[in-house]
Amino acid sequence: MRARFQLNGQPVAVDVEPRMHLADCLRDELGQTGTHLGCEHGVCGACTVIVDGAAVRSCLILAVQAEGSSVVTVEGLSTDDALTPLQTAFRKHHALQCGFCTPGMLTTAHALLTEEPDADTARVRSVLSGNLCRCTGYIPIVEAVLEARAAYRKTDKP
Amino acid sequence: MKPVPFEYHAPATLREAVELLASDPDAMVIAGGQSLIPLLALRLATPSLLVDLRRVPGLHAIAVGDGGVRLGPRVRWRDIEDHGPLEIAHPLLQEAIAHVAHYQIRNRGTVGGSLAHADPAAELPGVAVTCEAEITLVGVAGSRTIRAGEFFTGPLTTVRQRDEIITELYLPFWPRDRHWAFLKFAQRQGDFALAGIALFYDEDQDGRVRNAHIGVIGACDRPRRLTEVETVLNGRPVDEVLIREAVEIAARTVDPPEDLHAPAAYRRALVATLVQRGLRRATQPRSV
Repeated sequence: MRARFQLNGQPVAVDVEPRMHLADCLRDELGQTGTHLGCEHGVCGACTVIVDGAAVRSCLILAVQAEGSSVVTVEGLSTDDALTPLQTAFRKHHALQCGFCTPGMLTTAHALLTEEPDADTARVRSVLSGNLCRCTGYIPIVEAVLEARAAYRKTDKP
Repeated sequence: MKPVPFEYHAPATLREAVELLASDPDAMVIAGGQSLIPLLALRLATPSLLVDLRRVPGLHAIAVGDGGVRLGPRVRWRDIEDHGPLEIAHPLLQEAIAHVAHYQIRNRGTVGGSLAHADPAAELPGVAVTCEAEITLVGVAGSRTIRAGEFFTGPLTTVRQRDEIITELYLPFWPRDRHWAFLKFAQRQGDFALAGIALFYDEDQDGRVRNAHIGVIGACDRPRRLTEVETVLNGRPVDEVLIREAVEIAARTVDPPEDLHAPAAYRRALVATLVQRGLRRATQPRSV
């Protein structure tokens, strides 16, 4: 079955079985392996992508359901080799160690700060509670997201 | 794990969707998929056909009127969170929905999906039963409306027929001066409740309770009201003596399951504690 959607601003068309979830489609059919799969049943948040502006778990949406949507993955957050302010803040605060959860953390935080650039600590912690990290203990991640808020206040697309 | 292979259709009308469901006894409806896709991944559900409601128009309205609140089946959790008028029109609903799962799931999970999935620990079925909501379904035989208290029949089971699609959840009018509380206990933020309660009551001019409603999630085989507790509350002012009585009856009458997450006695104690905290919370003034 054919699924057509925008992937990081580019139109894509891909033939998939209806049972294939969007994460497998991105990784195996479209070669976008930045999206990581941890649990594959909606618990860990590693596979978070942004569909029509909203952070969603790409293991909990079928590729065929993305028809006509705009999908942004971690690859789509920066347009060149430079780090975005969010990524810079992650680096500065050591907000990753093994890096497995990082794509999901970045897409989730990017969706949050795009909509709510003034999110307070409690809000950031609450939103990130849907993303598991087994390395950092979360505190550096929360600090990085809080610091990145400034860049989202200045412009819609940092 | 990967789901079993299935066919997929996204019809453009409700009628087509119902006919597709009727044509295949192993067909299932998908809306947000936040409960169904995990079941597919774990192969606890093995449909031959998924009928996606994403192209069916008119299913995602939130209507607030003098008679109450009407929610379309494709209303997402975040639509309820973001809907300003609901803060007054149904604060219990909004508070309960704030406890549903996580950010990403709230961006896709839907009203109709939660009702049809009927997890005994889910928030919305608990609110529906507590508030005497009504659920409207459309199938090949036409449309019917069922009281929420009769809709849920057990864990993950309802009276919905295979060809029926939920088209509306109706929550009766909510008076502004109503007393209420929603409390949930889970092991981690966003987890399903080990136990939770939704409660509300009105007061007569002498400050005595009338119209008491208490519902429990997570500690029964389906969302259930604690009718004996409601009976003891009605006609009396809420004070510590009454709360003690209510707590004792709640602990005696709730019938919790036992599983690897918690023994029955623990859930029973949780319900008692939540009823106590909920009644105390409900007596406090709210700033809306």
